[in-house]
Amino acid sequence: MKFDDEPTPGENLPILPGHTSPGRFERVLRAGHFAVTAEIAPPDSADPADVYERAALFDGYVDAINATDSSGANCHMSSMGICSLLTRRGYAMILQQSCRDRNRIAMQGDILGAAAMGVCNILCLSGDGVQSGDHPEAKPVFDMDSISALDMVRHMRDEQQFLSGRAISAPPRLFLGGAANPFAPPLDFRPHRMAKKIAAGAQFIQTQYCFDIERMKTFMAQVRDMGLLEKAYVLAGVGPLASAKAAEWIRKNVAGVHIPDAVIKRLAGAEDQKQEGVNLCVDLIEQVREVEGVSGTHIMAYRMEDRIGEIVTRSKALGGREPWRPAA
Amino acid sequence: MKAVRNWSVRNAGWLKKCYALLEGILALFNPLLKAIGHERLDKPFSILEGAVKGFLFDSQSCGQCTLGETGMACPMNCPKTLRNGPCGGVRQNGGCEIKPEMTCIWVNAWEGSQKMGAPEDTIKIIQPPVDNRLKGRSAWLRALRLRNGESA
Repeated sequence: MKFDDEPTPGENLPILPGHTSPGRFERVLRAGHFAVTAEIAPPDSADPADVYERAALFDGYVDAINATDSSGANCHMSSMGICSLLTRRGYAMILQQSCRDRNRIAMQGDILGAAAMGVCNILCLSGDGVQSGDHPEAKPVFDMDSISALDMVRHMRDEQQFLSGRAISAPPRLFLGGAANPFAPPLDFRPHRMAKKIAAGAQFIQTQYCFDIERMKTFMAQVRDMGLLEKAYVLAGVGPLASAKAAEWIRKNVAGVHIPDAVIKRLAGAEDQKQEGVNLCVDLIEQVREVEGVSGTHIMAYRMEDRIGEIVTRSKALGGREPWRPAA
Repeated sequence: MKAVRNWSVRNAGWLKKCYALLEGILALFNPLLKAIGHERLDKPFSILEGAVKGFLFDSQSCGQCTLGETGMACPMNCPKTLRNGPCGGVRQNGGCEIKPEMTCIWVNAWEGSQKMGAPEDTIKIIQPPVDNRLKGRSAWLRALRLRNGESA
């Protein structure tokens, strides 16, 4: 999908009226398309080729790529590094910024740096605790939280000021996002938390893995009744599970991922469990698409990034639309 | 002091009223407190405050109290010190992602805020990031200054 005013790769689009960013992701959502985003696996290397290879798996299938910020508190190449490399080739990047490792001084500097590198989207996260990663002895920073961070980025963009009040001469033109987990307690609090993120500046929301479609429907009905869907786009998080055993492990060890018994049963009963995991993901995309107010899907195919093409094609998530891809 | 902390959350409704009453009484005496000097009183106040709030709420004395907006659960007990709501890692049984044996303080905060009436009203307030300079200082004296529109 190319726009009439398509720039040369590495440069951004003009900002349309009513838009806050010069990026294609905001354009796709505001044009009313069902958007597809995916999470890129950050390499444990300093080789740019590793990043380009991993991004190429998504060519023609996704509208924007999330670069994680040492998720699970495991050390990898930074979101900033990945975004900088890929924006230069024209990819629409979503910089993930967690509050775990940086204080407000570092975060604000990174926001300006990212925008200067052509990043148009930022996803503000609280971040996983250091205890869950490979450096549990590290100092958890958490100077901000996801909501005060959103409020801070919005302030930088709209008021053209740092938190301190000092002026920013050219503000970062960003499309702001937050995460939501409709599946974790306190369940009744979750819609209010999303409302708070939107009040703080979130324009799109990417949810945690959805394996429980009924719970997703309840949550979406709640946020719709609160009038939140007129203010932000919700992308339902999905992903393929590699096996019943992997699903059991994730359920037990990965915080905040809720996998119902029926899902594990379905995987366990399949001859080819990995294929069944992909099938389940395809089914879930078809189901979330039908939920009123869901504007897109966010695919987190951990260690199965090579299956994204199959998932997107079979689920018809793009509805015949072809997202931008780099020229061959 | 998990038992006391849980008791405080269950009784958040009238505890908040007591809190408002205390603030009113302190406000009455504020001219006297100001004459002595808030700066001079900060140390004894923070010791008293730390003891009372530490006992009742496991308060971590951040010096910029949000208890009235967080269901009388101190958010600084959250291992990520989140002041605006729970993270996405809360376990299905309500346990903390990082300390599974501890109930998520935002599960407590939500319960406590129901007791305070109109929970959405207090919980929807966007809390600014912590001012680290205020740690260990008296939040009560600060509240009096803010009440009078003075700089905190």
